Amino acid sequence: MQIYLPIAELSVNAFVLLGLGGIVGFMSGMFGVGGGFLITPLLFFIGIPPAVAVATGANQVVASSVSGVLAQLKRKAVDFRMGFVLQAGGLVGSAIGIWLFARLSALGQIDLVVQISYVLFLGVIGALMLQESVRALRRARKESAPVRRAHSHTWVHRLPLKMKFRASGLYISVLPPLMIGAAVGLLSAIMGVGGGFIMVPAMIYLLGMPTKVVVGTSLFQVILVSAFTTLLHAMTSGTVDIMLALLLIIGSVVGAQFGARVGVKLRAEQLRILLALLVLAVSLKVGSDLIFQPNELFSLTPEAVE
Amino acid sequence: MMRALLILLALALPAAAQEESIVAGLSQSSVSITTNYVGSEILIFGAVKRDAPRPQGALDVIVAVEGPHTPVVVRQKERTAGIWINTDAVRIDSAPSFYAVATTGPLDRILNQTDDLRHRITIRQAIRSVGISSETEEPQAYMDALLRIREGSGRYRINEGSIWMDQQTLFRADVALPADLTEGQYRVRIFLTRDGHVIDMLERSIGVRKAGLERFLYTLSREQSALYGLLSLAMAVLAGWGASVIFQRLRR
Repeated sequence: MQIYLPIAELSVNAFVLLGLGGIVGFMSGMFGVGGGFLITPLLFFIGIPPAVAVATGANQVVASSVSGVLAQLKRKAVDFRMGFVLQAGGLVGSAIGIWLFARLSALGQIDLVVQISYVLFLGVIGALMLQESVRALRRARKESAPVRRAHSHTWVHRLPLKMKFRASGLYISVLPPLMIGAAVGLLSAIMGVGGGFIMVPAMIYLLGMPTKVVVGTSLFQVILVSAFTTLLHAMTSGTVDIMLALLLIIGSVVGAQFGARVGVKLRAEQLRILLALLVLAVSLKVGSDLIFQPNELFSLTPEAVE
Repeated sequence: MMRALLILLALALPAAAQEESIVAGLSQSSVSITTNYVGSEILIFGAVKRDAPRPQGALDVIVAVEGPHTPVVVRQKERTAGIWINTDAVRIDSAPSFYAVATTGPLDRILNQTDDLRHRITIRQAIRSVGISSETEEPQAYMDALLRIREGSGRYRINEGSIWMDQQTLFRADVALPADLTEGQYRVRIFLTRDGHVIDMLERSIGVRKAGLERFLYTLSREQSALYGLLSLAMAVLAGWGASVIFQRLRR
């Protein structure tokens, strides 16, 4: 069944989109991530214009995060206060990101920046995650659980403007969460991702938040940042395709439920190794497009109808 | 003797041009892009009207269907520091978003260069790139790239010999419009040529517009972009919330 997308202005098979959404939803349900880092490159691959793919990707992240955060709310695993602080930073980052996106599109370098961001961030995060989870798996085999302090005092704890985050059991400066929020907002606008894959490690290692509130809080803040990003993309460049988003979302919310069930059956370390490999694979795929000579050296960018 | 012949020829040609003219119609004068639009086929049919007996020479028909023009930026990638990035760009003032040429025979035989230039019939003539040579040293490479990419994606096509013609009088041409159409007025020109000279031309137009839901969403996204953005968000939140509620019910 072919369906015409009003903003992307092309006709795509609806089942392909439902399937794509389903695959990404399955992954995100299994690993507990938003899945934006998968959906945007997949949309490039089926021929959706990059600007539309990034903006619509952000829209689909909203849906999958809402679905995820509802599950976390029941476990009381959301630190709202931390979420709002991250948020405040996120809005600034997102606004800068949208502006950069428009500037780079005009210069013809947006594809390059999007690709390089994917290679760098996914490559680094994937490699770190793989290393960490392989080590964890080995440790589990030896069955000698290491003693880890709840959180260690670093330079982060010496900054001014301290605030109490009760749900996380933290008393820290608001500056690091603001900065992390801004960085993730920027990535969200440029890469069309929620940024959970950066946010989660940053919360654990930089802020020292307890693991049980990390996923819920990250999802909560991702909802607001990606919602803001979607709105700004819709208003500045008009690149959000609601029809495309709807099909992807239907596929992904269904896929996510099945993914979550499979995820429960696997061990946490195995899950993380799989996720790390997936992230690395996406990074390598995007990277290879940059390194190998493309079939067509020229590209066209039509301007608006006179 | 030679001069007399030339004068005779000069007198005969315009006369011949008036003797034959085209009568033609289109199967439709508008195309509506709806949700399930997958492309459409336009049928162009007609006949050659004559007031005098058929003159000598080969009679041919050329149909050119042309989409709205837009400026296009053509960018070239080069390997810089090990990766392929866009380095040079050229702006082509005006290129049709769609261009299809259908003929009764090979273009180089049925159309001479002068008339092609005058009527801008072939794709290369339809593209206007006045300032291109001041922007780059190799304008031809960029023009070739534009043609190659758009031919590859089916936006520009030449179907030589695809027009059916009977008794040098009746003709019909089918032109397929692709699924990724740009909105606007499409110009359909029908040329009648004899021995490479254009002897008559007829112009029609087809309006291509999004319709129904597509029209509504597109207009909303352009004119009420904040509302459209909020609508997209509401849809996403509702879908995310709805899915978790439905699946919780199912699990019980």
